[in-house]
Order: sequence, then structure tokens, then C-alpha cells
Amino acid sequence: MSPTLLSGNEAVARGAWEAGALVGVGYPGTPSTQALEVFAAMDGVYAEWAPNEKVALEVAAGASMGGARSLVTMKHVGVNVAADPLFTLAYTGVGAGLVVFVADDPGMHSSQNEQDSRNWGPFARVPVLEPSDSSEALEFTRVAFELSERFDIPVIVRATTRISHSKGVVELSGARQSVVPGDYRKDVGKWVMMPAMARARRLSLDERVRQLADYAEKSPLNRVEMRDSAIGVVTSGVCYQYVREALPEASIFKLGMCFPLPAQALADFSRSVDRLVVVEEADRYLESSLKVLGLTPEPVDLPASGELSPGLVHRALGGDPPPVRESVPGLPPRPPLMCPGCPHRGAYNALRKAKAIVTGDIGCYTLGALAPLASMDACVCMGASVGMAHGMRLAGQGSARRPVVAVIGDSTFAHSGVTGLMDIAYNGGDAMVCILDNRITAMTGHQQNPVSGMTLQREPAVEVDLEALCRSIGVKRVRIVDPHDLAASEQAVREEIDSGELSVLIFRAPCALLIKEKDQPYAVDDNLCTACGLCIRLGCPAISKGEDGKARIDVTICVGCGDCVQVCKFSAIELTGPACEIGGV
Amino acid sequence: MATPTITVMLAGVGGQGTILAADVLAKTAVAAGLDVKLSEVHGMAQRGGSVDTAVRFGESVASPITDPGCADHLVAFEMIEAARQLPYVKPGGRLLVNSRIIDPLPVLIGDTEPPTGVEEALVDAGAIFMDAEELACEAGSPKSANIVLLGALSTGLEFPVELWTGVISARVPTASVEFNLRAFELGRRACGEGGACLV
Repeated sequence: MSPTLLSGNEAVARGAWEAGALVGVGYPGTPSTQALEVFAAMDGVYAEWAPNEKVALEVAAGASMGGARSLVTMKHVGVNVAADPLFTLAYTGVGAGLVVFVADDPGMHSSQNEQDSRNWGPFARVPVLEPSDSSEALEFTRVAFELSERFDIPVIVRATTRISHSKGVVELSGARQSVVPGDYRKDVGKWVMMPAMARARRLSLDERVRQLADYAEKSPLNRVEMRDSAIGVVTSGVCYQYVREALPEASIFKLGMCFPLPAQALADFSRSVDRLVVVEEADRYLESSLKVLGLTPEPVDLPASGELSPGLVHRALGGDPPPVRESVPGLPPRPPLMCPGCPHRGAYNALRKAKAIVTGDIGCYTLGALAPLASMDACVCMGASVGMAHGMRLAGQGSARRPVVAVIGDSTFAHSGVTGLMDIAYNGGDAMVCILDNRITAMTGHQQNPVSGMTLQREPAVEVDLEALCRSIGVKRVRIVDPHDLAASEQAVREEIDSGELSVLIFRAPCALLIKEKDQPYAVDDNLCTACGLCIRLGCPAISKGEDGKARIDVTICVGCGDCVQVCKFSAIELTGPACEIGGV
Repeated sequence: MATPTITVMLAGVGGQGTILAADVLAKTAVAAGLDVKLSEVHGMAQRGGSVDTAVRFGESVASPITDPGCADHLVAFEMIEAARQLPYVKPGGRLLVNSRIIDPLPVLIGDTEPPTGVEEALVDAGAIFMDAEELACEAGSPKSANIVLLGALSTGLEFPVELWTGVISARVPTASVEFNLRAFELGRRACGEGGACLV
């Protein structure tokens, strides 16, 4: 037994492994991604990336039905995609344990919205466990598999960014439980959800939830910490840690299971304290639930969106803030940016020249919305770009002068862009769709996908033939271009726009971070540079504007992609020797 | 009385190695037998954006994150990020700053004026400056600037040097152990025991 530093995600993987999970399936999404990556690297498991979260849950449902304990991982917005099977799997219940790990992102560090996944509990009628540190992430995941089988129901383990991406000390003691896949036994009443069977299973579901509520009253997942009875705080997840720090003397009802709630135990706690308050981030889920139970928590002035912190909790409950140094005024923001050598830059350069209205999508290429490329008009959810481009056309938008173009990445296209494309082809639409195929799921940290030719467990895989796929859907114009060839990219964009037909243009070049051998960096010849600013407008972090307005290239980060050389009309950017020989800028 | 929790913030720009530095610090604290929490942010923020990480250790640590006015140490890998996180450092807290500016993209492309008064504000706040890249090059690789800064930080913490060097040796790639240990030592030397700046 040794103390080990684990992130919440790593701990979830370990918990699933200890529980004897045999199958892991998910779709990458910050802050959930590492859970499945770490699980996939463990002994005796099978793990795969699915094209999307719905497929992931369906694969796990089949594995569970077939007798193998299964883990599914996704970020909060992924549950929207997987909601269809999730709701009905609550009816069917499970074969072997089925655990859905969901990571929410309050504060939107890396997401397009905030969603509070605790709400899926009462909505889908599935239990929701909420660990408050890495130790509990491991323990609760293990327990989740037991509960799933004991109550015949899928179990959600819900984390937030500060659980998933925080590390804490975990005592690793548990060995892997040996779980032999059970025999499959045909049970139409349980697994075939036609109305007659579903009605019966609905009644069964209510009974299972009632039994879970009984369990919640005595479950070690929930815990009362009685200290000073002047104030009692009901809380869960990472907020528990903030309360411990902000109000060390307060009594706490720490909920490890947020659905169903232990009504009796909460009522007892409420009676044992003078003031009852709820501390939670994201939705007012617990507060509303307590009110439904007839309890009357005092209102607390905490923000209704974004993350909490110990200091916010301390102040909301009457504490004084510590003295704080003055901030330095006028600091420039530091938004994330496309890397030097990023192939998306060439694609956006071409779209900007075409003055395209770009419906965008989710991935690194969303950064194309920021200056100086500033070439994206919308970003809503995975796959939305394609349907939205079609919709813009239906509204009469788009012309040769100001065309409508969808931009989507390879992995996102496989996730849910392909269905949108099918819609356009089927309905005779004429939008233009650009697939930015950089051979990897980049933003979440380089996960493999159906287009990349390798599996999660590093086995060679069948590679989706994007061109053939698009043609088979009915797209007649499918074209491939190298985004680092700026002239060819511009010409391809122009020609496809002018065709007036449904067209798919695939910009194909690997993510710059996949290329380990960098090319030699470029440098600017001061005598030739006219300070025109064209290279600056590519938005490459290696290129900056000097005080004289002329361009400078930082040779320490330039990877020699040569995009800037192509936009310079004065041949002022030239190849240098290796970076170490010229030194500095 | 329980050992008070110490909070160290590491601030920098995506790609500078702040996350590895935070990991080494956290593991050193674990090796010292302390409870540790560390919070970091992945994903979009890593693409050249601001990255800040908190490492907190003591007898028992609850929250993985901290608040303005609560950090005992700030290790800044870059001056604009040092200035951005300055309000987190408690009065009397220690500021170690890599004397380097990485202009954010809005400045590089001329959309935003470069900030003024950053260095002055950091000097007023009692910052200790060092050129971590230069010391890292001296140690053998500019990539070990993060370890130089850890060396500097180590003079203000109570962990034995062997704990640090043991964790660094286990954490960095085998081929780079030697220059990372040299980088750690140069960082220590650059920042005397009392926290005085020696370079």
C-alpha cells in the first residue's frame, strides 16, 4: 500500500479496473478524456473510442447485456448525445454492471456550455454518484458497479473539472476483482422495450428507484459530519472541499449520491442545525430537491454560473475576504491559439479570402474564430456546422461573393457531421462543406478516431475513406487539397464555391504536433520586408510585429511550415540554418 | 497544531512545462509524507493560452484550488502571467519570476498595445527575477527552464534536496536526468536560502 498521486480521471479508471470492468468505451472530451485513456492502458481490459457518445453507451449496453462489466466515459455535452439509450437503459436495466462516467465543466474551461449532469438523475431515473476527490473517485466508481448490478440499473459517476483534473493522494490497496462474464439469458420482458414490456419495466424502474432511495438513507456514500450546530451545510462533489476549508466548524451533510436523495436523513439533519444552507455550483439542483422534500434551506448568495472556490463560499456565508494585492491594469488577454505549423491556418486563409460565412464546429479549428483569422461565424455543438450551413442556404443566405461554408474536423465529422451531410445530399442542398482532416482528434490531446487508422489500444485499424464515404452519400464533388499549399487551397475553395453544387473539400495535412521532426525555421530579411503585415495576418505565434512594423520570426518556435513564405509578396522570408546556429530572433 | 497548508501557484503559457513542474512539486510533497492537492486545466487552455496550476500541501488539504490573497508562493514562467496572477499572492508571499515576456497573439499581431508597467509592478511586489532559459541553456537544454524555477522555489520550502532530486530523476526522461538535475542546482544557486536574488 503506497500513497500515489492520482487525478480524478486516473482514479475513475483505477476504480473501474479494480471492479473488474472488462470493456471501456467513450468519446474524448475535456475534462473526461484521460479516464478512458488510462483504463485502456491497464491489464486485462478492452477499450475503444467510439465515433460518438451514443454509440459508446450502446456498445457498453451490449457488453453489459452480454455479461461484461462496462465503463462508458464522456464529457457533459456527450450525455445529450447518449441520452436516447440512457433513458431506456434505465428501463431495461443491466446485465453486468454498467457505469457512465460524466465530467462536467463549470466555468467552461474547455466547453461551449455549462450543464449540470446531476439533473440526469431524476430525469432519466438513474442513480448519480458524486465523488469529492480522487480517493472517492476510485471508491465510488468501484461501488457504482456493485450498485448497478444490485439495483439492475446504469449508474452515473459525475465529476467536474476540479475533480477530473485535480490530483490528490490515493492509497492504492485494492486488487482487481476477478469477474468472469456471465452467461447471456434471453429475457424479452427485460430487454425488448416495446410498449407492453416497457410499461411493465417502467413500473419496475419506479420500484428500483424506490429501493435506491432506501439504500441512500443508510449508504456510506452519504455522510453527516456534526460539528457546530449553528450552521448545517448540504453539499457534494468538490464544493464539499470548499466548505471544509471556508467553514471548518460547520456541520456538513455530504452527499456522495445526488440521486435518489436520502429524504429522511436530510430531514433529520435539517432539524439538528439552526441554519440549513446548500453550497453547490452549476444548477441549484440540491436546493430545489431539498425544497421538494419540504425542507427550507436559507438562500445563499453564490454565483449561479461558473465555478465556486473556498473564498467565494467563505464570503457568501458572511466571512471577510483576505487582503489582496492590487491587480496590474491593462494586461492583454492571452487566448489559446493555433500552433505554429497548424494546417488549419491555410484553410482559414483561403476561406477568409473567399469572404465565406463559416458555420463552424468543435475542435482546435474553432480557434479560427479569433483574430486575426476571424473566419468563423457560428459554433454550437458537435456536428452542427453541416446542418447549419444547409439551413443558412434555406434562409437564402450565400452567394458567390459571400458564400456559406461549413467547417468541421475529421473526428467531429465522424461523430455527427456525416448525418448532416447525408441530409444535404438527400434533400438536394448545395452547401459547401470543408473537412479539416488533420488525422487526429487534436484539441483533447491527440486521440485516435475512425479516420486516423489506429485504435485506442494502439492497434492498426481500418481507416474511414472520407472521399468514398462522401461520394456514397451522394456528394458528387469531393476534392482534397493540402492546406499548406495556400494558392491551391484558395483555388480549390473558389472553384468549389463557383460550382454552385453540394461540395466537400477535404483539407488534409497532419496536426503540426504529430510531426516530430521540425523543418528548419524561417527568418525575415529586414532589407526586403516592407511592413505590409500580410504574414502577421496569418496569426502564427512565431511571427510578430516589430516596433518598426516589420515582421519578426521567433526561430525557437517556427517549425518551418512555409505558410508565411507563400503570403509574402516581397520574398522577404527565407530559410535559415538550424535554429541553434542563428540564435534568438 | 496541524501543519498549515502551503499553497504554491505556478503560472505560465501553454507549452512552457508548468504542468510537469507542478507534478514534480506535488510528488516531492507526497514523498515528504504530506497530503497534497493539485489542480490544473487541460484542453483548450493548453493551446498557447494562460495556464495556472495550484499545488497545495500540508497535514490535510481540502480544496485543490485557491483564491486571491491566499498563495504563499507564485512561480511565474513569464512576466505578463506573473502580473496576471499577482493578486493571488498573499501579502508577504514569495514571487519568483522568469524575466521573460511572451507576447500574447493580440500583441504580436498589433491589435493590442504591449502592456506597460509590468516589471515595475512586479518589482514593487518584491519579485525575485531570474533568466530561467539562460540558466537552463547553461545546464544543457533550454527545455529545463521549468526545473530551474523549481530549484529556485525549493530554497523557500522545507523539503530536503534529495527528495527533489529523487522525484526529478524519476519523472523526466532518462536521457535528460543529468541536465535537469544541473538545472535544478543552478536554480537553487540563483536564489539564495533567504530568497535573495543572486543573479
